[in-house]
Amino acid sequence: MIIDDLDAIAEAERSSGKKIVIRCCMAAGCMSSHSEAVKTALEKVILDSGLSDRIEVRGVGCMRLCCQGPLVGIDPEGVIYEKVTPEDAPALVISTQGGEAKVKKGDPNHPFFTKQLSVVLANSGLIDPERIESYIAVDGYRALHAVLREMTPNDVVESAIKSGLRGRGGAGYSTGLKWATVAKTPGIQKYVVCNADEGDPGAFMDRSVLESDPHSVLEGMAIAAYAVGANQGYIYVRAEYPLAIKRLQIAIKQARQTGLLGSGIFESPFNFTIDIRIGAGAYVCGEETALMASIEGRRGTPRPRPPFPAESGLWGCPTLINNVETFANIPSIIRKGAEWFASIGTGLSKGTKVFALAGKIENTGLIEVPMGTPLRQIVEEMGGGAPGGAKIKAVQTGGPSGGCIPASELDTPVDYESLTRLGSIMGSGGMIVMDESTRMPEIARFFMEFCMDESCGKCVPCRTGTVQMHRLLDKIVKREASAEDLAKLEELCDMVARTSLCGLGQNAPNPILSTLRFFRNEYLELLQPLPDGKHAAAPAPNANAT
Amino acid sequence: MKHASGDKRFKILEAHIKKFQGRQDALIEVLHRAQELFGFLEDDLLLFVAYKLKLPASRVYGVATFYHYFILKPQGAHTCVVCTGTACYVRGADKVLAAVEAKSRIKAGETTADNEFSLLTARCLGACGIAPTVVYDGVITPHQTPESAVARVNEWLPHDH
Repeated sequence: MIIDDLDAIAEAERSSGKKIVIRCCMAAGCMSSHSEAVKTALEKVILDSGLSDRIEVRGVGCMRLCCQGPLVGIDPEGVIYEKVTPEDAPALVISTQGGEAKVKKGDPNHPFFTKQLSVVLANSGLIDPERIESYIAVDGYRALHAVLREMTPNDVVESAIKSGLRGRGGAGYSTGLKWATVAKTPGIQKYVVCNADEGDPGAFMDRSVLESDPHSVLEGMAIAAYAVGANQGYIYVRAEYPLAIKRLQIAIKQARQTGLLGSGIFESPFNFTIDIRIGAGAYVCGEETALMASIEGRRGTPRPRPPFPAESGLWGCPTLINNVETFANIPSIIRKGAEWFASIGTGLSKGTKVFALAGKIENTGLIEVPMGTPLRQIVEEMGGGAPGGAKIKAVQTGGPSGGCIPASELDTPVDYESLTRLGSIMGSGGMIVMDESTRMPEIARFFMEFCMDESCGKCVPCRTGTVQMHRLLDKIVKREASAEDLAKLEELCDMVARTSLCGLGQNAPNPILSTLRFFRNEYLELLQPLPDGKHAAAPAPNANAT
Repeated sequence: MKHASGDKRFKILEAHIKKFQGRQDALIEVLHRAQELFGFLEDDLLLFVAYKLKLPASRVYGVATFYHYFILKPQGAHTCVVCTGTACYVRGADKVLAAVEAKSRIKAGETTADNEFSLLTARCLGACGIAPTVVYDGVITPHQTPESAVARVNEWLPHDH
C-alpha cells in the first residue's frame, strides 16, 4: 500500500457515488427502533422502481438525535426524517423525485444541530462504518501516511503536546505528555491500549464513535503506536456493546486486508496489529490498572500506582492507555494541525467534547461542542429543556464518580476545571438532566448502590465504606435517619475518598457530596424529628450552597 | 483428551482455545465462548477450561465469579433485562422493574420455578437516548413503561389456571 493506492480507493469510492444518497442510521439506538427494516424497505422500493442507478441507500453511524429514531437523511438536500417506519419507504423515495413525503421532518436548523462542532463525530452519520473505502474517501488514513512518511516519532509527540489535547476518559491528563513518557521509557516491547470500557451509566459517546467511525480509532491508535514505539495494540471493549464489537472486528479485518494494519505499513518499517479484548461486565475495569489485569485474563482488580502503565503496564511493558474519543481526535489533529485544534476550546481545555445527552430532556442524543460551551446552551437551547415544560433541577455529569450541578450554575462553561470547581467532573461525557420530580438523596443512593455493587473488594475503605454509605443513605431516604447519621455519612465520605486505592472508591462519595452541597435541604427534610417534636438541628449548610 | 460426555460443544470450545494457542491470558475470551455455547458456566465446564489452559481451577473460578457477565446458574428459557442505568432510572426504570417483579413474583436476578423466565438488570446498555429500555430475549426495546413491560413478559409467565 502506497499513497497512490489510497488515492485510487478514495477516487473510486467518490466517483461511484450516486447523485442522491439516502442515509439510514445504523447505530444501536436506531437499530433497536428497527432502522434495519427501514433500510431494507428503502432498498427494495428503489430496486423495484428502477432508480438503483440514481439513488444509493447507505447505512451510516449515529445521526445524533436518538430520541427521534429511526432517523433517515436524504442528500444532497440534507433533509432529515424522524421516526421513520418501513411503510414510509415509498413516500421517501418519491420525495427524492420532487414529491413531498408525509413523514415527520426534522429541523436541521435547530440549535441541536447548528450549535454542534464536529471533530470526533465529523464522519458519524455520513460514512458507512462497515466499509473502509467509505472512510478512505473522506481522507481516512492520510494522517497515518503523513506520520509514517514525513514525521519522526518525536514530531508526533510534539504535535500531540502542542494541540493541548487532554484525555477524554475523564481525568483530563495531557495526552501528549503521556505519549512522551511512554516514548521515553526504554523497552523492546511496548503496547497501546484503547479503553473502550465505557461503564458510566448514561454515557454512550464511545459506543457511538466505535459504531459510527471505527477506523478513526484504529488510525489514531496506529499513530500513537508509531509515536511511542509500540507494535501491538488492544481495544478493551464492553461485552454490552455487541454492535461496536462487530464493527471493530470488520474494521480491523478490512484494515489488515488493505495493508493499513500489519507489517511494513505504507512501505515503512512500522508494524502494528490490533486485537480486541472483550470485557465481562465489571465497571472497575475502566480503571487503567484493572483494565490491564483484565486483558491479561485475570480478575480486574486495580493495583497501586506508581508504577504507572507508561512505565510498567501490560506484562510489565511500557503501555499507553487512552480512551476511544482521545484516539478519534488524533487523525484530525495530524491532518489539520495542532494549532487548528488548539484554537478550539478554552485556555486549558482544547478541542471539542462529545456528550451523551439523556434523562429528562426533550432532545436526547449525542452532541459535540467546543470546550467551554455553557451548560445552559447545551441543555436548554440544544437539548430543548425538560419535556412538558418542566423545570430543570440539575445536570449530572461524570457518572457515579461525578456530581450534580444545580440549575443555578447552568451558566458554567463546560471544561475540566470549571466542572471540578463545582464538585463534579467532566468524566467521559455522560450528561443526565433531572427535573423537579427527581429527589437528590434518592439519586445519591442510586449511585452509591452502583458503587457498592461494582467495588472490586480489594481495598477495605471502598469495599466496606460503600456498603455503610449506602445503608446510611437508605436510612435517610426511608426517613429513619437522624442528624447524627448525616454527620456520620459526611465523615465516611471524607474517609473513603481519602483512603481508597483507585478512582472508583476515591470518587464514590462525589454524588453525595455534590448533592449535599447544593441540595442539603432535601436531606434535612428527610431526617427524623427529635423526640421533643422539633426538627433535627442539622449542621449549617455549606457556605457554597445556594 | 476428549471430554467424557462426548458433547460436541466441548470440541468447538477446544478449537477456540487452540485459536489462542492455549494462551492463558485468553481465559476471559474462552469463558465468553464457553458461555455462548453452553448458556452458563457450570463447574464441570470451568474445570475443563482450567485443564486446557493449564491454569489452577481456583484462578478460573475466581475470574468467572468476578465478572458480572458470566453466569454460573442456568437461565430461564426467556430473559428480560431491565436497564437500570442513570438515564433509564431518571425516566422511571425502577417502576418498570417493580412492575415486572410484582407480576412475575420473582426478584431481579431470579428465575421462575418452571425455568421459563429469568429477570435480570443491566447497569447501562448505552442506549440512553431511548430510555427506559428493556431487553426481551436479547432484543433491546425502547421507551418502555410498567404496562408495556408487564404485557410483554406476561406470556412467558406461569399461569395458575
